[in-house]
Amino acid sequence: MRTLHPFHGGVHPPEHKIQSTQLPIAVAPLPSRLIVPLRQHNGNPAKPVVAAGDHALKGQMIGAPEGFISAAVHAPTSGRVVAIEMNPAPHPSGLPDLSVVMEADGEDRWIEHQPFDYRAIAPADLRNRLRDAGVVGLGGAVFPSHIKLDATSLETLVINAAECEPYITCDDMLMRERAAEVVQGIAIMQHAMGAREVLIGIEDNKPQAIAAMQAACQGSGFEVVVVPTLYPSGSAKQLIKLLTGKEVPSGALGPQVGVQCFNVATAYTIHRAVNHGEPVISRLVTLTGNMDEPRNYEVLIGTPIGELVKAARPRADTSGYLMGGPMMGLPLSDPGVPVVKATNCVIATSQTLFPPLPRAMPCIRCTRCAAACPADLQPQELFWFAKAKNFAKAQEYKLFDCIECGCCSYVCPSHIPLVQFYRFAKSEIQAQEREKKASERARERHEFRELRLEREKQEKAAKHAAKAAQVAAKPDEEGGDEAAAAAKKAAIQAAIERAKAKKAAVAPQNVEDLPPEAQARIDEIDERRAQARETAEQSVAVQKTDEGQGAQP
Amino acid sequence: MNSPVVAEKTGVNVIMLKVLAALLPAVAAYVYFFGPAILVSITLASVAALATEAAVLHLRRYPLRVYLTDGSALVTAWLLALSIPPLAPWWLVVVGTLFAILIAKHLYGGLGNNLFNPAMVGFAALMISFPSHMTHWTAPDVLAHSHWSFSQQMDFMFGGISPADSKLDAITMATPLDTLKTQLHLERTVVDIQSSPIFSMLSGKGTEIIALFYLLGGLYLWQQRIISWHIPASFLAAMFGTAGLFYLFDPAHYASPLFHLFAGGTMLGAFFIATDYVTSPTTPLGKLIFGAGIGVSAYIIRVLGGYPDGVAFAVLFLNSAVPLIDAYTQPRVFGHAGKWFDGRKE
Repeated sequence: MRTLHPFHGGVHPPEHKIQSTQLPIAVAPLPSRLIVPLRQHNGNPAKPVVAAGDHALKGQMIGAPEGFISAAVHAPTSGRVVAIEMNPAPHPSGLPDLSVVMEADGEDRWIEHQPFDYRAIAPADLRNRLRDAGVVGLGGAVFPSHIKLDATSLETLVINAAECEPYITCDDMLMRERAAEVVQGIAIMQHAMGAREVLIGIEDNKPQAIAAMQAACQGSGFEVVVVPTLYPSGSAKQLIKLLTGKEVPSGALGPQVGVQCFNVATAYTIHRAVNHGEPVISRLVTLTGNMDEPRNYEVLIGTPIGELVKAARPRADTSGYLMGGPMMGLPLSDPGVPVVKATNCVIATSQTLFPPLPRAMPCIRCTRCAAACPADLQPQELFWFAKAKNFAKAQEYKLFDCIECGCCSYVCPSHIPLVQFYRFAKSEIQAQEREKKASERARERHEFRELRLEREKQEKAAKHAAKAAQVAAKPDEEGGDEAAAAAKKAAIQAAIERAKAKKAAVAPQNVEDLPPEAQARIDEIDERRAQARETAEQSVAVQKTDEGQGAQP
Repeated sequence: MNSPVVAEKTGVNVIMLKVLAALLPAVAAYVYFFGPAILVSITLASVAALATEAAVLHLRRYPLRVYLTDGSALVTAWLLALSIPPLAPWWLVVVGTLFAILIAKHLYGGLGNNLFNPAMVGFAALMISFPSHMTHWTAPDVLAHSHWSFSQQMDFMFGGISPADSKLDAITMATPLDTLKTQLHLERTVVDIQSSPIFSMLSGKGTEIIALFYLLGGLYLWQQRIISWHIPASFLAAMFGTAGLFYLFDPAHYASPLFHLFAGGTMLGAFFIATDYVTSPTTPLGKLIFGAGIGVSAYIIRVLGGYPDGVAFAVLFLNSAVPLIDAYTQPRVFGHAGKWFDGRKE
C-alpha cells in the first residue's frame, strides 16, 4: 500500500455517477453536419488546410498545427467541407471561433492510415507525429500533449484517472472497457519520457475500473493507486501531491519536481494514434443529468451538442445543458455548439436537479471556504479584495494560485458565488497588465521616434552644411550629388526596414505564459531594439558634439 | 447559472440556529438555579433585536425576510441577555439590545461588517452607563433568603416594584468574582473567602453548573464544525496558564486556575462570544493568538483591573486587533515556499 499525502481541503458533493454507468459505451449516431473548431487546444489555433467545397476523408488533416503550442485538427468523418467560418464554440467567453463545417457523406470512409513503431523512431519524431495526430490533454485543459511529453529523465509519470467531478463517468467507462489499450498508451508515454515509475491514480468510487486497470497493468510495472473520493483529487497539482507528496511550485509545471501528469483518456488517444495511426477524431462523452437514458457515448468531434443529447433522451423539463461537471462545468448558451476535444460530459439541467441557489448573503467570515480550499488560499480575503477591486491585495494573497475548483462556493453558507468574483478579478488584472504593457510600448515608441527625428534633423543639417561646403569648394563637381542621393536612398531603405521591424515587434502578441523558446526570441528582439536605440542615441550625441565643435571658429 | 451549480444546503440561518440550540442546556440550568426571569429577559432581548433589525433593514432597503430569518440578531440578543443580570429591568435589556444591533452592528454595515462583537458592545455600554443595575445579580435559589415568585419577578422587571415585605437586596448578591475581589481588599485569603456559601467546588453555586453546560454546548458546536477548536482552546489554556502562574506564586491571594475557568463569563465567552466569525480572526494561527490574548487580558482585568469580570472587555480589546492578527498570520499557499515545502521554486 502506497502512502498517500493528502492535500488540504476538498469537498465531497453527491457523486451521481451510478446513472451513467448502467449501460456500456455506445457509438453516437453520425450527425449530418459537423462543426470542427480549429481552436480545440491551448495555444495557437490550427490553420485550415482545406477549402470550402473540398471533399475530406475521415481522419484527414483539415487544420495544421500552427507554431510550437498547437495541434492538428482532423475531419471526423468523410464528407464535403461546406464552409470555413466563425461558429459558436463551447468556450467560457461565448465568442465564436473559426470552424470547419462539414457535411457527412454517410460513408464514413477512412483516409489511409497505419500504425508505426514508436520504439524505432526518435522521441522528437514521435512527438511531431502526435502533434499531427491532434493529441491533446483530454482531461479538460486540452494542452497539446507533445509539449508535455518533452520532459526528459522523468521520475514519475502520473496518470490522472481520479475523475473527481460528480456526474462524469467517461474515464471510468473507458478504463472498464478499454483498460488494455489505455495501458498500451501509458507505455508509449513512459517510453517517450523515460519515466522511472508510473502511478495511476483512481478514486475509490470506481471499483470496476480499478480492477480492470489492475488486471491490465499486470507485468507492466505500472502501479494503480486507489485514492479516496474527494473533490478535486483530479486537479493535476493536487493529484501529484496526493500520490508523490511533491508540491509543484506556484507558476511552475510538474517536471520541475520530476513529475508529469496526463489524463487517462489522453493515454488512450496516444495508443490509437501510434498503434492504429488514428488521429483524435472522437472522444467519450458522458450524457447524464435530467435524461431518461444517461450513458457514455463515443462521439465524433464536431457533433452539435443539441443533436447529440437526443441519444440519451432529455426529459421535457430540461432547462439547459452544462458542459463538464457541476463544479467547474460551463453552461452552454447555445445548443448548436459542437463537441470538442475538451467535452467530457454534457449534463441536462432542470429546476429540480439544480435548483437555483438561495440569495447571496453577506460574508460572515466563517472560513468554511478556507477549510475547503485545496490551494490553501484564504477565499474570504480574496472575495473581500475582489469585491473592493483592491486587485493589488488580491494578488498579494495569491489570487492567481486559485484553480477555480469551486470548493469555496460549494461550502459557502452565504451562497456567495466566490469563483465568479475571482474570475472577475483575474480578468481585470490581466486587462490592466495588458494596458500597462501597451502604454509602455507606446511610450518606448514615442521616445524612439523623438530620438529619430532629432537625429534626422541633425543629419540633414550636417548634410546641408557639407553640401554647402562642397558647393563652395567645387561648384562644378557632380559626383557628390550622386553620392548624397545614394546615401539618402540607403537611409530611406534603412528607415523602412526599421519601421518594418518595429511594426513586427509591436504587433499584438500573446505574451502570457510563453514557452522558453518564444520568450528567448522576444528577449533577443528586445535586445536588438535596445541596441538600435543606443546606436541612435550615440549618433545624436556624436552629432551634438560635432555641432558644438563646429560652432567654434 | 454559473459553476459550481451545486452547493451545500447549510445556510447562515442553519449555523445561527445551531448556536442557539447549543445555548439551550445552559439556559435550562439557568432557569433551574435562578428562576424563570431569564426566559423573560431572553424574550425581551429577542423581540427588541428583531424589531430594531427590521426597522434598520427597512431604512437600508434590505429584503426583510431573508435577513430577519438569518438568526444573527437572535444570537446577539441571547448572548446579551445571558450576560446581564437576569433580574435587570426591562429597559436595561432593551437599551442594551438596541445599542448592540443599531450601533455595533448596522452602523458598521450590518451582518458581516462589524469589527466588534455586537453583544459585547451592548454589554460594555450598559456596564459603563448603568453600573449599579449591572451588578444586581440574583442569588441562586438555594441561597436566596427570600424567594420571589415569578409574578413578583415580573413586577420588579417591568414596574420596578419590589414585593411589599422584601427589598431587592434580599435576593441579589455579589457574584463570586466580585466577592473574591472585594474581600481580598479586606485582607482575607482566598481559602477563607471561598468558604462562603456562594462558592462551590469549582466556582459559584449554580453558576459553575451553567458554565459546564456552556462547555457542553460549545463541544456540540465543535462537533458540528460550527466552530473550530482554536479559539476556545487557546482562550481557556491561556486563562488557565495565567491564573496558574499567579496561583503558584501566591495561592493565598489568587484563586485557583480552575475557579477562573468556571467563574463569570469564561465558558460563555470562550465558546460563544470569542468564536463569533465576523469579529474573530480567520487564520488558524490568528485564532490561537486571538483566543490566548482574550484569556490573558480577561484574567488581568479580573484580577488587576477595575471590573469583576473581564471577558467582555477582553473580547472587545482583541476584536480591535483582528485585522492586524489576520494580516500577519496568513498561512502558506500551495506551491509557495515556506514550511513543509519541497518544491524547488522561490
